[in-house]
Amino acid sequence: MTSAPTLQPHEWRRASRDSESPIVGGVAGGLARHLGAPVLWLRAFFVLAAAFGGLGVFLYAALWIMLPSDSRFETSTPGGESAARGGRRPGRVRRLADAGPTIALAALAFGGIFVVEGMFGGGAVFWPIVIGLAGLALLWRQADEAQRERWFDSSERLDPVRMVFGSGGWASYARVAAGVILVGSAFAVVGLNGTSFGEARSAVVAGLVAMVGLALVIGPWVLRLASDLGAEREERIRTQERADVAAHLHDSVLQTLALIQKSSHDPTTVARLARAQERDLRSWLYAGESTDESSVGGALRAAAAEVEDTHGVSVDVVAVGDCDLDEGLRPIVQATREAVTNAAKHAGTGRVDVYAEVTPGAVDVFVRDRGAGFSLDDVPEDRYGVRRSILDRMERHGGTAEVRSTPGEGTEVRLHLPRPHPEENP
Amino acid sequence: MTVASAGKSSGPVRVVIVDDHAMFRSGVRAELASTGAGQVDILAEAADVDQAVAAIAEHQPDVVLLDVHLPGGGGVEVMRRSQGRVPDTRYLALSVSDAAEDVIGTIRGGARGYVTKTITGPELVSAIRRVADGDAVFSPRLAGFVLDAFAGSIEVAAVDEDLDRLTEREREVMRLIARGYAYKEVAKELFISIKTVETHMSSVLRKLQLSSRHELTRWANDRRLL
Repeated sequence: MTSAPTLQPHEWRRASRDSESPIVGGVAGGLARHLGAPVLWLRAFFVLAAAFGGLGVFLYAALWIMLPSDSRFETSTPGGESAARGGRRPGRVRRLADAGPTIALAALAFGGIFVVEGMFGGGAVFWPIVIGLAGLALLWRQADEAQRERWFDSSERLDPVRMVFGSGGWASYARVAAGVILVGSAFAVVGLNGTSFGEARSAVVAGLVAMVGLALVIGPWVLRLASDLGAEREERIRTQERADVAAHLHDSVLQTLALIQKSSHDPTTVARLARAQERDLRSWLYAGESTDESSVGGALRAAAAEVEDTHGVSVDVVAVGDCDLDEGLRPIVQATREAVTNAAKHAGTGRVDVYAEVTPGAVDVFVRDRGAGFSLDDVPEDRYGVRRSILDRMERHGGTAEVRSTPGEGTEVRLHLPRPHPEENP
Repeated sequence: MTVASAGKSSGPVRVVIVDDHAMFRSGVRAELASTGAGQVDILAEAADVDQAVAAIAEHQPDVVLLDVHLPGGGGVEVMRRSQGRVPDTRYLALSVSDAAEDVIGTIRGGARGYVTKTITGPELVSAIRRVADGDAVFSPRLAGFVLDAFAGSIEVAAVDEDLDRLTEREREVMRLIARGYAYKEVAKELFISIKTVETHMSSVLRKLQLSSRHELTRWANDRRLL
């Protein structure tokens, strides 16, 4: 049950923020990945640019707002995602060690502030800006957290409280509270500057009143927009899921069930069909591994699946590393197919293990069964299977093949083929 | 994590089965009752995380057969909540999923082995016995994931260097397991004792669980994006 390859529309490479291991907002990490430059350079650039009238800080902030978080692009397999949505999988785990870089950066920032203060004296405008920026950074950070959690959200409704706090936890409340307090005190410090306490307070109160008024005017619109968006998103996700599942079930499972009913008198066929369907469903739901001819691993899996279907055995393929399948590597795939077929036909155990290891220098494949085994000397010269298809084929293409077999204990075929372009590292 | 084995017991291994599919639980129970008669003693079954935690606290089993996808946060959650209270219980993950993040995540959550649900009865019994004795159980696929995750060179300045890479011997053992060799055959092939093979496997398991290697945590996602 392999599907024909479909033409993928060209996808633009888009920069995104690194939400896996951000120090502040993941901007430098995301940009480094996009530009292919070392992340240290970009971080150094932002820090240096920050020294020029805060240019780096403004650039960083602007990119933080504009670049999307990369967590939205993470997709798992359908089965995995479904299990995650249903709460049958663990969520992200946060460790205290993750906070290490943040603490280091905060310490550096404090040091930097004291240096600047030492050089220019306690600037009246400087401190409010620093406090305000710290507050904003905290709030934006929380917005990121909330956004990331929304992508893993199972309730699929946009709830204004969840939009701010995500799924809660003291960390998010603390971030929001600290952010608001810091921004508020920045205003207060500006207001206090050179005036009496009473005037400062009235300035802060005036600011707060303006903000509350604005929230009251705009609030309902924002809420309605959010709930509309939520409803639309929910509907879209449901539709896509239904379509995916329906198509897949109809395509494969129903057809297999029909076939099983037709051949219910023949246990071998039923077992073969069940095995093929199991393999198909498993790879669709969980593995996310290709079985097409574009890579060595995919081609080996496809060959194994074919032998499974023809001979009614179970073939387990374990591939470590992978690379594109070019003409030079095709012989090892064909020899593997031959070796697996031999094992399926003659071993008599119904189970074959295939292990493939792709390194920059070579491709190694091991085909093993625990079946009858044979003595290589007893194989007649005219038995084409082993001699021509495996040993000679590998030698003709610059590789080696070795058959180790002990009667009663099984057979192992070892194939080795040097790769033509060792510099093309996958 | 209990590394030191509390001595190999000779009696039947006391087991709790945790899986949200009732049909699968009864299937495993029937299979263990027939092939594992006298070797495996099934104490209880549980269908979700809360039931599992309660059952483990009540019965204090030797081994928990743990489904990876479980209502209430998955098998990892069961291990997280039970390990403090019942430290001597060991976990063998049993799942239909071959997804890399499930496999690696469960091992890092504290399981001492990972097998798929298509495993045969005798193999399951021997895997349970092995886990009960404090050894690790690696399927060929898990060994392949390990080789993949520890592949390539790493930065010299890595923090926990010994935890972040496999020794050449461990790599050889993993390769043979991935090729479908049984422990006995691995020992024969490398001219070492079965005990030494078991030591290598436990050491790999420990590295898999404790390594702070950046690649290991990101690895599952990265290989999907390639």
